[in-house]
Amino acid sequence: MKILVCISNVPDTTSKINFTADNKEFDKNGVQYVINPWDEYALTRAIELKEAKGGTVTVLNVGEADAEPNIRKALAIGADDAIRVNAKPVDAFFVAQQIAAVAKENNYDMILMGKESIDYNGSQVHGMVGEILGIPSVVPAFKLDMVDDSTARLEREIEGGKEVVEVKLPFVASAQQPMSEPRIPNMRGIMTARTKPLKVVEPTGAEAKAEYVNYSKPEKKGGVKMIDPENAGELITLLRNEAKVL
Amino acid sequence: MSVLVFVEGLNGEIKKSSLEAASYGSQVAQQLGTTATAVAIGEVHEEALAKLSEQGIGKVLYDADDRLKQFVADAYVKVIAKAAQQESAKVLVFSNSNIGAAVGAKLAVRLNGSLATNVTSLPKTDGGQFVVTRGVFSGKAFADVNLAADVKIIAVKKNSFEISQNAGNAATVEKLSADLTDADFAAAPKETVMQDTDGGVLLPEAEIVVSGGRGLKGPENWHLVEDLAKALGAATACSKPVSDMDWRPHHEHVGQTGITVSPNLYIAIGISGAIQHLAGVNSSKVIVVINKDPEAPFFKAADYGIVGDAFEVVPKLIEAAKALDK
Ligand SMILES: Cc1cc2nc3c(=O)[nH]c(=O)nc-3n(C[C@H](O)[C@H](O)[C@H](O)COP(=O)(O)OP(=O)(O)OC[C@H]3O[C@@H](n4cnc5c(N)ncnc54)[C@H](O)[C@@H]3O)c2cc1C
Ligand SMILES: Cc1cc2nc3c(=O)[nH]c(=O)nc-3n(C[C@H](O)[C@H](O)[C@H](O)COP(=O)(O)OP(=O)(O)OC[C@H]3O[C@@H](n4cnc5c(N)ncnc54)[C@H](O)[C@@H]3O)c2cc1C
Repeated sequence: MKILVCISNVPDTTSKINFTADNKEFDKNGVQYVINPWDEYALTRAIELKEAKGGTVTVLNVGEADAEPNIRKALAIGADDAIRVNAKPVDAFFVAQQIAAVAKENNYDMILMGKESIDYNGSQVHGMVGEILGIPSVVPAFKLDMVDDSTARLEREIEGGKEVVEVKLPFVASAQQPMSEPRIPNMRGIMTARTKPLKVVEPTGAEAKAEYVNYSKPEKKGGVKMIDPENAGELITLLRNEAKVL
Repeated sequence: MSVLVFVEGLNGEIKKSSLEAASYGSQVAQQLGTTATAVAIGEVHEEALAKLSEQGIGKVLYDADDRLKQFVADAYVKVIAKAAQQESAKVLVFSNSNIGAAVGAKLAVRLNGSLATNVTSLPKTDGGQFVVTRGVFSGKAFADVNLAADVKIIAVKKNSFEISQNAGNAATVEKLSADLTDADFAAAPKETVMQDTDGGVLLPEAEIVVSGGRGLKGPENWHLVEDLAKALGAATACSKPVSDMDWRPHHEHVGQTGITVSPNLYIAIGISGAIQHLAGVNSSKVIVVINKDPEAPFFKAADYGIVGDAFEVVPKLIEAAKALDK
């Protein structure tokens, strides 16, 4: 089985988010980048399927050279090879077209992604890739198993419940907890990752459809009002009469 | 040219988040000097559809194909695309639900449109631009995005817009048929299992959320969270370790790697307020924190706080909440 796992390179979850002085760009100064946490669920599930059934796991990132440490990390966790589409990924549509172009050349049996990229919170690249390729996209899935060699069974979350879906290969799915238990690379993984192939390809001439023009931060909270624990019921009165939320 | 709103039904009624989307859509229509039409899919009563006039919708298109009772992305997309074509819609509005985001992405490709999800503002349309504000970096920032393509697709963040209540005539309801074939249902779910909310409120749609963390010591103490939630008409949620330890089901886990909620009121009991937890709740309008540690980081993000033992404080809150007249 040939599995493609798409990873985005995102600021660590503890990062302070700042913008350049003109508020036109994200300020990368002092920011640590990690593999998008949701993508790790996709990656480890892909590796588990490979371990159980054989095949290969390829990781793909659309990004610049500064994403390579995290691509190597994915190789250290257990992917076999990697592709980086050498481009600044400026919107989801552009990214989706790059992923689809790579997929068209390589005939993957499944394309796994994360539920959402934690930087731009789009939740859309998977649906777009499925639509461009004309194959189903099952989003967001929290369980993925093979029924037989050509059929997968997934459970996806819907508001207030879940759906069980069976799809023929190939398909796109996005992963969320508890699809798998993300792994930490071991020493051997880190050593072998250095020599695993990482191919850099140039982007296809695709356009962006959304233009980011400005950033802002939420207004600061006015400070916390403390209530005496002995008189805790007072909180309910304040929530009704002052905050007006009850 | 018109604005098309996609509304989702559930058990005969229209979801609250879809009523928000409809209110948003008709305001956009007003801004652009046009009308707003809705396309409804799923199980909805006709009376509920006609009442969409309260949200400013003049006409509702409804595809009553029984197979659409379950969510099937390809079929839903075909119905919405058909409605968009029929109405020459240039702006499509959805709720940023799992379903809305899934169909929005596919439609963006099919209609060659610009898509913005997680949208928190009405568009600014001066100078020929179409700029909306959307939440980015997990609630830590907002971005203004210009949707440059001819067709603009907007998925509205839940609980970010008031549901409008206009008086006036009922909306007209028209049948729509998208000539669906079996192929459109190839990825239809084998089975749909709805959570047993025990008459309670669903977390993604809730206006009030009561959430518990590791400070509650174990699942046997969850009656504190549940009883307070019941008294307030709230949904229940939890922190990640709580669901990792199986004290609570995974769909209750909020935060960076769980679900994002933006209720009017979020009450956190025995949760420290780690940055990854805050990422899922920081756009709540009012945050209450109950923690025995005065140094807990969550207090910095709170509007109201109580430093105290949850096992003593929460029963007092339940009592006070029960005494409220509804
Ligand atoms: C203005 C702007 C500036 C940006 N600057 C940078 C930057 O400096 N460095 C950088 O690395 N990225 C940058 N990005 C790209 C960003 O990290 C995302 O990759 C892209 O915007 C898609 O975001 P989304 O929230 O729509 O993705 P979603 O639809 O939420 O992503 C869903 C899934 O798609 C896959 N995916 C998403 N993006 C990629 C990708 N790039 N490669 C492979 N798979 C992917 C992942 O599996 C992800 O879980 C920038 C984006 C914008 C809009
Ligand atoms: C990549 C990544 C993603 C993550 N994603 C998420 C996520 O999505 N959601 C999430 O929640 N976490 C997430 N985490 C974990 C997060 O960092 C914290 O570990 C977690 O939120 C802590 O949960 P907690 O507050 O319940 O527990 P703790 O941090 O253990 O806090 C328990 C709190 O209870 C208080 N307490 C104890 N006893 C009492 C009492 N009797 N009365 C009142 N208060 C009491 C304590 O003072 C303490 O503040 C993530 C971490 C990483 C690295």
